[in-house]
Amino acid sequence: MSLALPAAPRRWKKPPAIKRAWLRWTLIVGAAVYLSLALGTTHVNWARVWEGLPRGIQFITAFLPPDFTSRWTEIVEGIAETLWMTVAATVVGIVLSVPVGIGAARNIAPLPVYYFCRSVLAVSRSFQEIILAIFFVKLFGFGPFAGFVTLSFATIGFYGKLLAEDIEDMDASQAEAVRATGAGWLQWLNYGVQPQVMPRMIGLGLYRLDINFRESAVVGIVGGGGIGATLNTSFDRYEFDSAAAIILIIIAIVMAVEYSSGYLRRWVQ
Amino acid sequence: MMSDAIVIPKKVWQRRDRKTQFAVWLAWLFGTAVFVYCFQLISERTIWAFVLDAPAQAVDLGSRMVPPAWGYIHYLWRPIWDTLNIATLGTIISIVIAVPIAYCAARNTTPSVAFVRPVALFIIVASRSINSLIWALMLVTIVGPGVFAGIIAIGLRSIGFVAKLLYEAIEEIDESQVEAVRATGASPAQTTVYGIVPQVMPAFAGITVFRWDINIRESTVLGLVGAGGIGLELNAAITQLYWTQVSLMLLVIIATVILSEWVSAKVRHAII
Repeated sequence: MSLALPAAPRRWKKPPAIKRAWLRWTLIVGAAVYLSLALGTTHVNWARVWEGLPRGIQFITAFLPPDFTSRWTEIVEGIAETLWMTVAATVVGIVLSVPVGIGAARNIAPLPVYYFCRSVLAVSRSFQEIILAIFFVKLFGFGPFAGFVTLSFATIGFYGKLLAEDIEDMDASQAEAVRATGAGWLQWLNYGVQPQVMPRMIGLGLYRLDINFRESAVVGIVGGGGIGATLNTSFDRYEFDSAAAIILIIIAIVMAVEYSSGYLRRWVQ
Repeated sequence: MMSDAIVIPKKVWQRRDRKTQFAVWLAWLFGTAVFVYCFQLISERTIWAFVLDAPAQAVDLGSRMVPPAWGYIHYLWRPIWDTLNIATLGTIISIVIAVPIAYCAARNTTPSVAFVRPVALFIIVASRSINSLIWALMLVTIVGPGVFAGIIAIGLRSIGFVAKLLYEAIEEIDESQVEAVRATGASPAQTTVYGIVPQVMPAFAGITVFRWDINIRESTVLGLVGAGGIGLELNAAITQLYWTQVSLMLLVIIATVILSEWVSAKVRHAII
Protein backbone atom coordinates (compact mmCIF):
# COMPACT_ATOMS: atom_id res chain seq x y z
CA MET A 1 0.00 0.00 0.00
CA SER A 2 1.47 3.30 -1.00
CA LEU A 3 0.99 6.52 0.80
CA ALA A 4 -1.32 8.85 -1.09
CA LEU A 5 0.60 11.82 -2.28
CA PRO A 6 -1.13 15.18 -2.10
CA ALA A 7 -2.82 15.65 -5.44
CA ALA A 8 -1.07 18.60 -7.03
CA PRO A 9 1.57 20.63 -5.19
CA ARG A 10 -0.02 23.93 -4.32
CA ARG A 11 1.80 26.78 -5.99
CA TRP A 12 2.75 29.70 -3.81
CA LYS A 13 0.97 32.85 -4.77
CA LYS A 14 1.86 36.40 -3.83
CA PRO A 15 -0.60 37.61 -1.22
CA PRO A 16 -2.75 40.41 -2.63
CA ALA A 17 -1.92 43.96 -1.53
CA ILE A 18 -5.43 44.48 -0.13
CA LYS A 19 -6.62 41.51 1.86
CA ARG A 20 -10.37 42.11 1.91
CA ALA A 21 -11.62 40.87 -1.44
CA TRP A 22 -14.70 43.10 -1.67
CA LEU A 23 -12.62 46.23 -0.97
CA ARG A 24 -10.05 45.20 -3.55
CA TRP A 25 -12.67 44.63 -6.24
CA THR A 26 -14.56 47.82 -5.39
CA LEU A 27 -11.35 49.79 -5.73
CA ILE A 28 -10.42 48.15 -9.02
CA VAL A 29 -13.88 48.58 -10.55
CA GLY A 30 -14.16 52.11 -9.19
CA ALA A 31 -10.80 53.05 -10.68
CA ALA A 32 -11.79 51.56 -14.04
CA VAL A 33 -15.13 53.40 -14.09
CA TYR A 34 -13.48 56.66 -13.09
CA LEU A 35 -10.75 56.33 -15.70
CA SER A 36 -13.18 55.60 -18.51
CA LEU A 37 -15.38 58.53 -17.44
CA ALA A 38 -12.40 60.87 -17.10
CA LEU A 39 -10.88 59.89 -20.42
CA GLY A 40 -14.30 59.97 -22.10
CA THR A 41 -15.09 63.51 -20.97
CA THR A 42 -11.67 65.03 -21.50
CA HIS A 43 -11.85 66.90 -24.74
CA VAL A 44 -8.56 66.87 -26.54
CA ASN A 45 -8.27 68.68 -29.80
CA TRP A 46 -5.92 66.19 -31.42
CA ALA A 47 -5.70 68.21 -34.62
CA ARG A 48 -4.39 71.15 -32.63
CA VAL A 49 -1.96 68.93 -30.72
CA TRP A 50 -0.72 67.50 -34.01
CA GLU A 51 -0.32 70.99 -35.40
CA GLY A 52 1.69 72.01 -32.35
CA LEU A 53 4.17 69.16 -32.55
CA PRO A 54 6.56 70.93 -34.96
CA ARG A 55 6.48 73.87 -32.56
CA GLY A 56 7.32 71.51 -29.72
CA ILE A 57 10.27 70.17 -31.64
CA GLN A 58 11.28 73.74 -32.41
CA PHE A 59 11.13 74.47 -28.69
CA ILE A 60 13.28 71.48 -27.81
CA THR A 61 15.86 72.34 -30.47
CA ALA A 62 15.91 75.89 -29.08
CA PHE A 63 17.77 74.44 -26.10
CA LEU A 64 20.72 73.63 -28.34
CA PRO A 65 22.00 76.22 -28.14
CA PRO A 66 19.79 78.58 -26.10
CA ASP A 67 20.00 82.24 -26.95
CA PHE A 68 21.43 84.10 -23.99
CA THR A 69 22.58 87.19 -25.88
CA SER A 70 19.71 88.89 -27.69
CA ARG A 71 17.56 89.45 -24.59
CA TRP A 72 20.42 89.52 -22.11
CA THR A 73 19.66 92.88 -20.47
CA GLU A 74 16.00 91.95 -19.91
CA ILE A 75 16.96 88.57 -18.50
CA VAL A 76 19.50 90.03 -16.09
CA GLU A 77 17.01 92.63 -14.93
CA GLY A 78 14.30 90.01 -14.41
CA ILE A 79 16.59 87.66 -12.49
CA ALA A 80 17.86 90.51 -10.30
CA GLU A 81 14.31 91.61 -9.50
CA THR A 82 13.37 88.02 -8.65
CA LEU A 83 16.33 87.72 -6.30
CA TRP A 84 15.51 90.96 -4.44
CA MET A 85 11.92 89.86 -4.08
CA THR A 86 12.97 86.48 -2.77
CA VAL A 87 15.37 87.82 -0.16
CA ALA A 88 13.18 90.68 1.05
CA ALA A 89 10.03 88.53 1.18
CA THR A 90 11.75 85.71 3.06
CA VAL A 91 13.09 88.12 5.69
CA VAL A 92 9.84 90.01 6.17
CA GLY A 93 7.77 86.83 6.07
CA ILE A 94 9.86 85.15 8.74
CA VAL A 95 9.91 88.24 10.96
CA LEU A 96 6.12 88.50 10.76
CA SER A 97 5.58 84.79 11.21
CA VAL A 98 7.46 84.63 14.51
CA PRO A 99 4.74 86.35 16.59
CA VAL A 100 2.02 84.48 14.69
CA GLY A 101 3.80 81.17 15.19
CA ILE A 102 4.29 81.83 18.91
CA GLY A 103 0.62 82.77 19.19
CA ALA A 104 -0.40 79.59 17.39
CA ALA A 105 1.46 77.27 19.78
CA ARG A 106 -1.14 75.77 22.10
CA ASN A 107 1.25 75.28 25.01
CA ILE A 108 2.27 78.91 25.41
CA ALA A 109 -0.58 81.00 23.99
CA PRO A 110 -3.96 81.69 25.61
CA LEU A 111 -6.93 80.22 23.78
CA PRO A 112 -8.31 83.35 22.00
CA VAL A 113 -4.86 84.27 20.72
CA TYR A 114 -4.37 80.68 19.64
CA TYR A 115 -7.57 80.63 17.57
CA PHE A 116 -6.81 83.99 15.99
CA CYS A 117 -3.28 83.04 14.97
CA ARG A 118 -4.34 79.61 13.72
CA SER A 119 -6.96 81.21 11.46
CA VAL A 120 -4.36 83.61 10.05
CA LEU A 121 -2.18 80.62 9.23
CA ALA A 122 -5.10 78.71 7.69
CA VAL A 123 -6.04 81.60 5.40
CA SER A 124 -2.46 82.11 4.30
CA ARG A 125 -1.95 78.43 3.57
CA SER A 126 -5.15 77.69 1.71
CA PHE A 127 -4.57 80.06 -1.20
CA GLN A 128 -2.04 79.45 -3.91
CA GLU A 129 0.69 82.06 -4.30
CA ILE A 130 -0.56 82.84 -7.77
CA ILE A 131 -4.11 83.65 -6.62
CA LEU A 132 -2.75 85.85 -3.86
CA ALA A 133 -0.54 87.52 -6.45
CA ILE A 134 -3.52 88.39 -8.66
CA PHE A 135 -5.17 90.20 -5.78
CA PHE A 136 -2.04 91.92 -4.54
CA VAL A 137 -1.30 93.12 -8.06
CA LYS A 138 -4.79 94.60 -8.13
CA LEU A 139 -4.18 96.31 -4.80
CA PHE A 140 -0.58 97.48 -5.12
CA GLY A 141 -0.18 97.86 -8.87
CA PHE A 142 2.18 96.01 -11.19
CA GLY A 143 5.75 95.43 -10.17
CA PRO A 144 7.95 93.67 -7.64
CA PHE A 145 6.18 95.11 -4.59
CA ALA A 146 3.08 93.00 -5.26
CA GLY A 147 5.25 89.92 -5.65
CA PHE A 148 7.10 90.79 -2.46
CA VAL A 149 3.85 91.07 -0.48
CA THR A 150 2.57 87.80 -1.97
CA LEU A 151 5.64 85.85 -1.04
CA SER A 152 5.82 87.39 2.44
CA PHE A 153 2.21 86.43 3.09
CA ALA A 154 2.73 82.89 1.83
CA THR A 155 5.86 82.61 3.99
CA ILE A 156 3.86 83.49 7.11
CA GLY A 157 1.56 80.50 6.59
CA PHE A 158 4.38 78.06 5.97
CA TYR A 159 6.87 79.24 8.55
CA GLY A 160 4.36 80.15 11.25
CA LYS A 161 2.74 76.73 11.15
CA LEU A 162 6.03 74.86 11.38
CA LEU A 163 7.27 77.17 14.14
CA ALA A 164 4.07 76.62 16.12
CA GLU A 165 4.38 72.85 15.77
CA ASP A 166 8.02 72.98 16.79
CA ILE A 167 7.19 75.00 19.90
CA GLU A 168 4.42 72.55 20.77
CA ASP A 169 6.94 69.71 20.56
CA MET A 170 9.54 71.37 22.75
CA ASP A 171 10.78 70.02 26.06
CA ALA A 172 8.65 71.75 28.71
CA SER A 173 11.05 71.02 31.56
CA GLN A 174 13.81 73.15 30.07
CA ALA A 175 11.44 76.07 29.67
CA GLU A 176 10.21 75.56 33.23
CA ALA A 177 13.77 75.58 34.55
CA VAL A 178 14.34 78.99 32.99
CA ARG A 179 11.07 80.23 34.43
CA ALA A 180 12.08 78.96 37.88
CA THR A 181 15.07 81.33 37.86
CA GLY A 182 12.59 84.20 37.91
CA ALA A 183 12.84 85.14 34.26
CA GLY A 184 10.29 87.49 32.77
CA TRP A 185 8.12 86.39 29.86
CA LEU A 186 10.43 87.75 27.17
CA GLN A 187 13.50 86.35 28.90
CA TRP A 188 11.73 83.04 29.22
CA LEU A 189 10.97 83.07 25.49
CA ASN A 190 14.52 84.08 24.64
CA TYR A 191 16.37 81.60 26.87
CA GLY A 192 13.87 78.82 27.45
CA VAL A 193 12.05 78.41 24.15
CA GLN A 194 14.17 79.93 21.42
CA PRO A 195 17.31 77.80 21.83
CA GLN A 196 15.19 74.67 21.52
CA VAL A 197 13.58 75.58 18.20
CA MET A 198 16.40 77.62 16.67
CA PRO A 199 18.44 75.01 14.76
CA ARG A 200 15.44 73.59 12.96
CA MET A 201 13.98 77.00 12.24
CA ILE A 202 17.20 78.22 10.60
CA GLY A 203 17.07 75.18 8.34
CA LEU A 204 13.44 75.82 7.50
CA GLY A 205 14.18 79.48 6.78
CA LEU A 206 16.75 78.46 4.19
CA TYR A 207 14.30 75.96 2.75
CA ARG A 208 11.66 78.68 2.49
CA LEU A 209 14.18 80.91 0.69
CA ASP A 210 14.50 78.14 -1.86
CA ILE A 211 10.70 77.81 -2.24
CA ASN A 212 10.28 81.57 -2.50
CA PHE A 213 12.73 81.71 -5.36
CA ARG A 214 10.80 79.07 -7.27
CA GLU A 215 7.49 80.77 -6.59
CA SER A 216 8.79 84.22 -7.44
CA ALA A 217 9.50 82.91 -10.93
CA VAL A 218 5.74 82.49 -11.43
CA VAL A 219 4.22 85.53 -9.71
CA GLY A 220 5.63 87.49 -12.65
CA ILE A 221 3.14 85.75 -14.95
CA VAL A 222 0.28 87.72 -13.39
CA GLY A 223 2.22 90.98 -13.11
CA GLY A 224 4.09 90.54 -9.86
CA GLY A 225 7.48 91.46 -11.31
CA GLY A 226 10.57 89.37 -11.79
CA ILE A 227 11.74 86.80 -14.30
CA GLY A 228 8.23 85.33 -14.76
CA ALA A 229 7.16 88.40 -16.71
CA THR A 230 10.17 88.10 -19.01
CA LEU A 231 9.52 84.40 -19.51
CA ASN A 232 5.83 84.94 -20.23
CA THR A 233 6.59 87.62 -22.80
CA SER A 234 9.16 85.48 -24.57
CA PHE A 235 6.65 82.62 -24.81
CA ASP A 236 3.94 84.91 -26.13
CA ARG A 237 6.30 86.09 -28.84
CA TYR A 238 7.42 82.54 -29.67
CA GLU A 239 11.02 83.48 -28.89
CA PHE A 240 11.74 79.94 -27.77
CA ASP A 241 15.51 80.29 -27.69
CA SER A 242 15.34 83.16 -25.20
CA ALA A 243 12.74 81.23 -23.17
CA ALA A 244 15.07 78.22 -23.13
CA ALA A 245 17.87 80.42 -21.84
CA ILE A 246 15.65 81.76 -19.05
CA ILE A 247 14.54 78.26 -18.07
CA LEU A 248 18.12 77.05 -17.93
CA ILE A 249 19.08 80.02 -15.75
CA ILE A 250 16.15 79.27 -13.40
CA ILE A 251 17.20 75.61 -13.14
CA ALA A 252 20.80 76.62 -12.46
CA ILE A 253 19.83 79.09 -9.72
CA VAL A 254 17.39 76.66 -8.10
CA MET A 255 20.11 74.01 -8.04
CA ALA A 256 22.63 76.47 -6.62
CA VAL A 257 20.21 77.64 -3.92
CA GLU A 258 19.22 74.08 -3.09
CA TYR A 259 22.78 72.86 -2.73
CA SER A 260 23.99 75.87 -0.77
CA SER A 261 20.99 75.81 1.53
CA GLY A 262 21.47 72.09 2.09
CA TYR A 263 25.12 72.72 2.88
CA LEU A 264 24.31 75.60 5.23
CA ARG A 265 21.67 73.52 7.01
CA ARG A 266 24.17 70.76 7.67
CA TRP A 267 26.65 73.36 8.91
CA VAL A 268 24.10 74.91 11.29
CA GLN A 269 22.90 71.66 12.81
CA MET B 1 45.00 97.70 59.34
CA MET B 2 45.04 95.98 56.04
CA SER B 3 41.83 94.62 54.70
CA ASP B 4 42.12 91.02 53.65
CA ALA B 5 38.97 90.94 51.61
CA ILE B 6 39.54 89.45 48.23
CA VAL B 7 38.33 91.70 45.51
CA ILE B 8 36.12 89.64 43.26
CA PRO B 9 35.79 91.19 39.86
CA LYS B 10 32.11 91.58 39.15
CA LYS B 11 31.54 89.22 36.31
CA VAL B 12 28.19 89.13 34.65
CA TRP B 13 27.14 85.95 32.92
CA GLN B 14 27.07 86.30 29.19
CA ARG B 15 25.63 83.96 26.66
CA ARG B 16 28.56 84.01 24.26
CA ASP B 17 32.23 84.87 24.50
CA ARG B 18 33.43 88.04 22.87
CA LYS B 19 34.55 86.48 19.60
CA THR B 20 31.32 84.59 18.96
CA GLN B 21 29.30 87.63 19.98
CA PHE B 22 31.21 89.68 17.43
CA ALA B 23 30.66 87.09 14.69
CA VAL B 24 26.94 86.94 15.44
CA TRP B 25 26.75 90.72 15.39
CA LEU B 26 28.57 90.85 12.06
CA ALA B 27 26.23 88.27 10.57
CA TRP B 28 23.23 90.35 11.67
CA LEU B 29 24.79 93.49 10.22
CA PHE B 30 25.45 91.77 6.91
CA GLY B 31 21.96 90.28 6.76
CA THR B 32 20.31 93.58 7.55
CA ALA B 33 22.41 95.36 4.92
CA VAL B 34 21.42 92.82 2.26
CA PHE B 35 17.77 93.11 3.21
CA VAL B 36 17.77 96.91 3.20
CA TYR B 37 19.52 96.93 -0.16
CA CYS B 38 16.99 94.54 -1.67
CA PHE B 39 14.05 96.39 -0.24
CA GLN B 40 15.35 99.70 -1.47
CA LEU B 41 15.67 98.33 -5.00
CA ILE B 42 12.07 97.10 -4.84
CA SER B 43 10.87 100.38 -3.45
CA GLU B 44 12.49 102.26 -6.35
CA ARG B 45 10.20 100.40 -8.74
CA THR B 46 7.08 100.89 -6.68
CA ILE B 47 4.55 103.63 -7.08
CA TRP B 48 4.01 104.32 -3.40
CA ALA B 49 0.83 106.27 -3.97
CA PHE B 50 -0.82 103.04 -5.11
CA VAL B 51 0.49 101.15 -2.11
CA LEU B 52 -0.81 103.74 0.35
CA ASP B 53 -4.13 103.61 -1.44
CA ALA B 54 -4.31 99.82 -1.06
CA PRO B 55 -6.43 99.53 2.12
CA ALA B 56 -9.19 101.62 0.54
CA GLN B 57 -8.91 99.49 -2.59
CA ALA B 58 -9.10 96.32 -0.55
CA VAL B 59 -12.29 97.48 1.19
CA ASP B 60 -13.79 98.43 -2.15
CA LEU B 61 -12.88 95.08 -3.72
CA GLY B 62 -14.18 93.22 -0.69
CA SER B 63 -17.51 95.01 -0.88
CA ARG B 64 -17.84 94.03 -4.54
CA MET B 65 -17.21 90.38 -3.71
CA VAL B 66 -20.08 89.83 -1.29
CA PRO B 67 -22.41 88.10 -1.54
CA PRO B 68 -20.93 85.33 -3.70
CA ALA B 69 -23.02 84.56 -6.79
CA TRP B 70 -24.30 81.22 -5.51
CA GLY B 71 -26.43 80.62 -8.60
CA TYR B 72 -23.32 80.44 -10.76
CA ILE B 73 -22.30 77.17 -9.13
CA HIS B 74 -24.21 75.23 -11.82
CA TYR B 75 -21.72 76.41 -14.41
CA LEU B 76 -18.81 75.27 -12.27
CA TRP B 77 -19.41 71.51 -11.98
CA ARG B 78 -17.82 70.86 -15.33
CA PRO B 79 -14.64 72.91 -14.60
CA ILE B 80 -14.35 71.21 -11.20
CA TRP B 81 -14.56 67.80 -12.88
CA ASP B 82 -11.90 68.93 -15.36
CA THR B 83 -9.68 70.08 -12.51
CA LEU B 84 -9.97 66.71 -10.78
CA ASN B 85 -9.15 64.95 -14.05
CA ILE B 86 -6.12 67.14 -14.68
CA ALA B 87 -4.74 66.30 -11.24
CA THR B 88 -5.53 62.58 -11.35
CA LEU B 89 -4.53 61.81 -14.93
CA GLY B 90 -1.43 63.99 -14.52
CA THR B 91 -0.46 62.03 -11.42
CA ILE B 92 -0.93 58.73 -13.28
CA ILE B 93 1.27 59.90 -16.16
CA SER B 94 3.95 61.10 -13.77
CA ILE B 95 3.99 57.75 -11.94
CA VAL B 96 4.41 55.81 -15.17
CA ILE B 97 7.43 57.93 -16.08
CA ALA B 98 8.83 58.45 -12.59
CA VAL B 99 9.13 54.78 -11.57
CA PRO B 100 11.79 53.82 -14.14
CA ILE B 101 13.60 57.10 -13.52
CA ALA B 102 13.66 56.45 -9.78
CA TYR B 103 14.95 52.93 -10.48
CA CYS B 104 17.77 54.40 -12.56
CA ALA B 105 18.54 57.10 -9.99
CA ALA B 106 18.78 54.92 -6.89
CA ARG B 107 22.39 54.07 -6.17
CA ASN B 108 21.66 50.42 -5.42
CA THR B 109 19.51 49.62 -8.47
CA THR B 110 20.86 51.88 -11.21
CA PRO B 111 22.29 50.09 -14.26
CA SER B 112 25.31 52.42 -14.28
CA VAL B 113 26.42 54.88 -11.62
CA ALA B 114 28.69 56.76 -13.99
CA PHE B 115 26.32 57.34 -16.87
CA VAL B 116 22.63 56.56 -16.26
CA ARG B 117 22.39 57.93 -12.72
CA PRO B 118 23.47 61.54 -13.51
CA VAL B 119 21.01 61.65 -16.42
CA ALA B 120 18.17 60.46 -14.17
CA LEU B 121 19.16 62.96 -11.48
CA PHE B 122 19.22 65.78 -14.01
CA ILE B 123 15.72 64.89 -15.21
CA ILE B 124 14.54 64.95 -11.59
CA VAL B 125 16.09 68.35 -10.88
CA ALA B 126 14.86 69.90 -14.12
CA SER B 127 11.32 68.70 -13.53
CA ARG B 128 11.33 69.89 -9.93
CA SER B 129 12.77 73.33 -10.44
CA ILE B 130 10.21 74.45 -12.98
CA ASN B 131 6.86 75.33 -11.51
CA SER B 132 3.80 73.63 -13.02
CA LEU B 133 2.51 77.01 -14.19
CA ILE B 134 5.63 77.50 -16.26
CA TRP B 135 5.28 73.99 -17.66
CA ALA B 136 1.67 74.86 -18.49
CA LEU B 137 2.72 78.13 -20.11
CA MET B 138 5.09 76.20 -22.39
CA LEU B 139 2.60 73.46 -23.19
CA VAL B 140 -0.21 75.86 -23.97
CA THR B 141 1.90 77.41 -26.70
CA ILE B 142 2.86 73.97 -27.98
CA VAL B 143 -0.27 71.78 -27.79
CA GLY B 144 -2.84 74.53 -27.57
CA PRO B 145 -4.99 75.69 -24.64
CA GLY B 146 -7.14 73.16 -22.83
CA VAL B 147 -7.21 70.28 -20.41
CA PHE B 148 -4.60 68.28 -22.30
CA ALA B 149 -1.89 70.91 -21.71
CA GLY B 150 -2.80 70.91 -18.02
CA ILE B 151 -2.55 67.13 -17.70
CA ILE B 152 0.87 67.06 -19.35
CA ALA B 153 2.07 70.03 -17.28
CA ILE B 154 1.04 68.37 -14.00
CA GLY B 155 2.58 65.12 -15.19
CA LEU B 156 5.92 66.70 -16.08
CA ARG B 157 6.08 68.69 -12.88
CA SER B 158 5.31 65.67 -10.69
CA ILE B 159 7.94 63.37 -12.22
CA GLY B 160 10.73 65.01 -10.26
CA PHE B 161 8.85 64.96 -6.97
CA VAL B 162 7.71 61.34 -7.19
CA ALA B 163 11.01 60.07 -8.57
CA LYS B 164 13.08 61.90 -5.93
CA LEU B 165 11.12 60.56 -2.97
CA LEU B 166 10.88 57.10 -4.53
CA TYR B 167 14.59 56.77 -5.24
CA GLU B 168 15.36 57.85 -1.69
CA ALA B 169 13.00 55.12 -0.48
CA ILE B 170 14.71 52.57 -2.74
CA GLU B 171 18.12 53.56 -1.40
CA GLU B 172 16.94 52.96 2.16
CA ILE B 173 15.71 49.39 1.66
CA ASP B 174 17.02 46.44 3.62
CA GLU B 175 19.61 44.81 1.34
CA SER B 176 19.57 41.51 3.22
CA GLN B 177 16.01 40.82 2.06
CA VAL B 178 17.06 41.39 -1.54
CA GLU B 179 20.01 39.08 -1.05
CA ALA B 180 17.76 36.40 0.44
CA VAL B 181 15.54 36.51 -2.64
CA ARG B 182 18.59 36.41 -4.90
CA ALA B 183 19.93 33.40 -2.99
CA THR B 184 16.86 31.37 -3.97
CA GLY B 185 18.06 31.64 -7.56
CA ALA B 186 15.77 34.44 -8.66
CA SER B 187 16.53 36.29 -11.87
CA PRO B 188 17.25 40.06 -11.64
CA ALA B 189 13.65 40.85 -12.64
CA GLN B 190 12.30 38.47 -10.01
CA THR B 191 14.66 39.97 -7.43
CA THR B 192 13.22 43.39 -8.16
CA VAL B 193 9.61 42.22 -7.99
CA TYR B 194 9.94 40.11 -4.83
CA GLY B 195 12.87 41.77 -3.06
CA ILE B 196 12.56 45.49 -3.70
CA VAL B 197 8.96 46.26 -4.68
CA PRO B 198 7.31 44.98 -1.47
CA GLN B 199 9.71 47.06 0.59
CA VAL B 200 9.04 50.37 -1.19
CA MET B 201 5.32 49.79 -1.83
CA PRO B 202 3.99 51.62 1.27
CA ALA B 203 6.31 54.59 0.65
CA PHE B 204 5.29 54.62 -3.00
CA ALA B 205 1.57 54.65 -2.21
CA GLY B 206 2.08 57.41 0.33
CA ILE B 207 4.10 59.53 -2.12
CA THR B 208 1.47 59.08 -4.83
CA VAL B 209 -1.43 60.19 -2.67
CA PHE B 210 0.58 63.09 -1.29
CA ARG B 211 1.46 64.27 -4.77
CA TRP B 212 -2.14 63.86 -5.93
CA ASP B 213 -3.19 66.20 -3.14
CA ILE B 214 -0.59 68.80 -4.20
CA ASN B 215 -1.67 68.36 -7.82
CA ILE B 216 -5.31 69.15 -6.99
CA ARG B 217 -4.06 72.35 -5.41
CA GLU B 218 -1.94 73.24 -8.42
CA SER B 219 -4.48 72.28 -11.06
CA THR B 220 -6.95 74.82 -9.66
CA VAL B 221 -4.71 77.61 -10.93
CA LEU B 222 -3.38 76.16 -14.18
CA GLY B 223 -6.31 77.70 -16.04
CA LEU B 224 -4.84 81.15 -15.40
CA VAL B 225 -2.44 80.48 -18.27
CA GLY B 226 -5.06 78.66 -20.35
CA ALA B 227 -4.56 75.05 -19.32
CA GLY B 228 -8.16 74.18 -18.43
CA GLY B 229 -10.00 73.56 -15.19
CA ILE B 230 -11.56 76.01 -12.78
CA GLY B 231 -8.68 78.46 -13.14
CA LEU B 232 -9.91 79.23 -16.64
CA GLU B 233 -13.29 80.34 -15.26
CA LEU B 234 -11.56 82.28 -12.51
CA ASN B 235 -9.42 84.13 -15.00
CA ALA B 236 -12.45 84.93 -17.17
CA ALA B 237 -14.40 86.22 -14.18
CA ILE B 238 -11.49 88.38 -13.02
CA THR B 239 -10.90 89.93 -16.43
CA GLN B 240 -14.62 90.66 -16.79
CA LEU B 241 -14.74 92.04 -13.23
CA TYR B 242 -17.51 89.69 -12.07
CA TRP B 243 -16.28 89.85 -8.49
CA THR B 244 -19.21 87.96 -6.98
CA GLN B 245 -18.41 85.01 -9.25
CA VAL B 246 -14.75 85.32 -8.29
CA SER B 247 -15.55 85.00 -4.60
CA LEU B 248 -17.72 81.94 -5.28
CA MET B 249 -14.87 80.31 -7.20
CA LEU B 250 -12.40 81.06 -4.44
CA LEU B 251 -14.73 79.35 -1.98
CA VAL B 252 -15.05 76.37 -4.33
CA ILE B 253 -11.27 76.17 -4.68
CA ILE B 254 -10.78 76.24 -0.93
CA ALA B 255 -13.43 73.55 -0.47
CA THR B 256 -11.78 71.34 -3.11
CA VAL B 257 -8.36 71.80 -1.57
CA ILE B 258 -9.58 71.02 1.96
CA LEU B 259 -11.49 67.98 0.72
CA SER B 260 -8.50 66.58 -1.16
CA GLU B 261 -6.25 67.22 1.84
CA TRP B 262 -8.71 65.30 4.01
CA VAL B 263 -8.93 62.40 1.56
CA SER B 264 -5.16 62.15 1.21
CA ALA B 265 -4.65 62.30 4.98
CA LYS B 266 -7.22 59.48 5.44
CA VAL B 267 -5.69 57.31 2.73
CA ARG B 268 -2.14 57.83 3.96
CA HIS B 269 -3.28 57.02 7.46
CA ALA B 270 -4.86 53.78 6.19
CA ILE B 271 -1.70 52.78 4.30
CA ILE B 272 0.91 53.54 6.91
